[in-house]
Amino acid sequence: MLQQLFFVLIVRPLVLIVIGLNIRHRERIPLKGPAIVVSNHNSHLDTLVLMTLLPWPRLRQLRPVAAKDYFLRNRVLAWFALNIMHIIPLERHLIDRTQDPLAACSEALQNGDILILFPEGSRGDPEQMGTLKTGIAHLAKRNPEVPVIPIFLHGLGKALPKGEAVLVPFFCDVFIGEPIRWSADRTSFMTTLEQEIKALAEEGYRPAWE
Amino acid sequence: MLPHITPSVLTALGGVLGILVVASLIAALLKRLHPDRNYTELIQRIRSWWIMIGIFSGAILLSRTASILFFAFVSFLALKEYFSLIPTRRADRRVLFWAYAAIPFQYYWVHEQWYGMFIIFIPVYLFLLLPMKMVIIGETKDFLRAAGTLHWGIMTMVFSLSHAAFFLVLDGARNPAGGGAGLVLYLIFLTQFNDVAQYVWGKLTGRHKIIPKVSPNKTWEGFLGGVGTTTALAMVLAPHLTPLTVIESLGAGLLIALGGFIGDVTISALKRDIGVKDSGSLLPGHGGILDRIDSLTYTAPLLFHFVYYLHY
Repeated sequence: MLQQLFFVLIVRPLVLIVIGLNIRHRERIPLKGPAIVVSNHNSHLDTLVLMTLLPWPRLRQLRPVAAKDYFLRNRVLAWFALNIMHIIPLERHLIDRTQDPLAACSEALQNGDILILFPEGSRGDPEQMGTLKTGIAHLAKRNPEVPVIPIFLHGLGKALPKGEAVLVPFFCDVFIGEPIRWSADRTSFMTTLEQEIKALAEEGYRPAWE
Repeated sequence: MLPHITPSVLTALGGVLGILVVASLIAALLKRLHPDRNYTELIQRIRSWWIMIGIFSGAILLSRTASILFFAFVSFLALKEYFSLIPTRRADRRVLFWAYAAIPFQYYWVHEQWYGMFIIFIPVYLFLLLPMKMVIIGETKDFLRAAGTLHWGIMTMVFSLSHAAFFLVLDGARNPAGGGAGLVLYLIFLTQFNDVAQYVWGKLTGRHKIIPKVSPNKTWEGFLGGVGTTTALAMVLAPHLTPLTVIESLGAGLLIALGGFIGDVTISALKRDIGVKDSGSLLPGHGGILDRIDSLTYTAPLLFHFVYYLHY
């Protein structure tokens, strides 16, 4: 309830009016889970934008996978992350090998949720794509039936890059790719995923920003 | 019931509605007659017109303040599209923020009918302020390019367009036929009509290219046909919506037809420089918002100062 209020009153007006999206291939958005949405990551706005792509009554099924050390670092942020954003906290630096960092993700997929995952691991330098971490491949291997939908985002890193507090409006690109599935080995899966996102990036025009 | 609206403005809005209905019917008929042809763009275009004209008419009918807010929002969308299109510097994020912040100020001066501030705020104060802010930030690489492109955008998308809104607050007693809303309608309708007229004349009779390096589809025939039609319509509409005399309305028509053409090809030059076909994807069938308001960035200030000098 609180989550829906937050999205209807704050996030949707922010995303639709202040920012403004240029969405390509909207029909490829998975309308029901289980599914994994994978995108490049440049801004805190990324998650909010991806969460507005689905009709808001389905909001409860969307689960951003987010760094536990960052989002659960204090009580206020943890409350917001868990109750409003409904995140699945992910242990980025696992010491205890007996624990399974992806257990919660797999469980959510079995419940028919849609995961939002940023395989770069962090927002990194604005509008630069870093190397993709292979957690997504483990998840896809365990759930070979689940479609992985690559999405390329551009502009949000200009609107609100890492380390900046002032939001500057820019129209943002959201290019949605064809779903891909687990392909028997990790390297080829990761290569396909990376190429898909890069191919989506090539579809658009992006002005210089330095 | 609507004290800020004169009967002739209501009639004119009704006329626009009628044109839209006819256009929609023709599109539906075309689709039925030629099911093999693709009319997606035409249908999208007309649908976008319905939405644009719906919001515009709603704002005009609601109140003067709503109409001013409407233009402020158009300025915001246009400036955002421009900033998203051009190369910008990361160091200038906060400069861009100030540029956006100028929009509410500029339209507040309009709302307060403070002509002196309205006319100098952007060309003087903002023009001096933004480079100062850039110098404080301290990035000198591409300083001139950034200062120039930012100011051109603000002048075009905010200063120019805000002239359309200033029509709304001019003394209504000097224009009993149409009031402020009448002049706005006259400006917007003739500017958009001129775009369509030049396009249709060009399609039907176009032979000789007028400005091939910038806009290869524009022809002399389209341009002159548009000028003739728009000027004739400007003279017909003037007594109902404006304080202009017959000879003045001839001048107003020429100004809109000529200015509209130049505004159009100026934005074409910008797009060609950057290498994009459409300025954005906000208005399906049209492209971006700049593709729709390109002509208006010239006609709004030109018609405003023409009318202001002669009658206010």
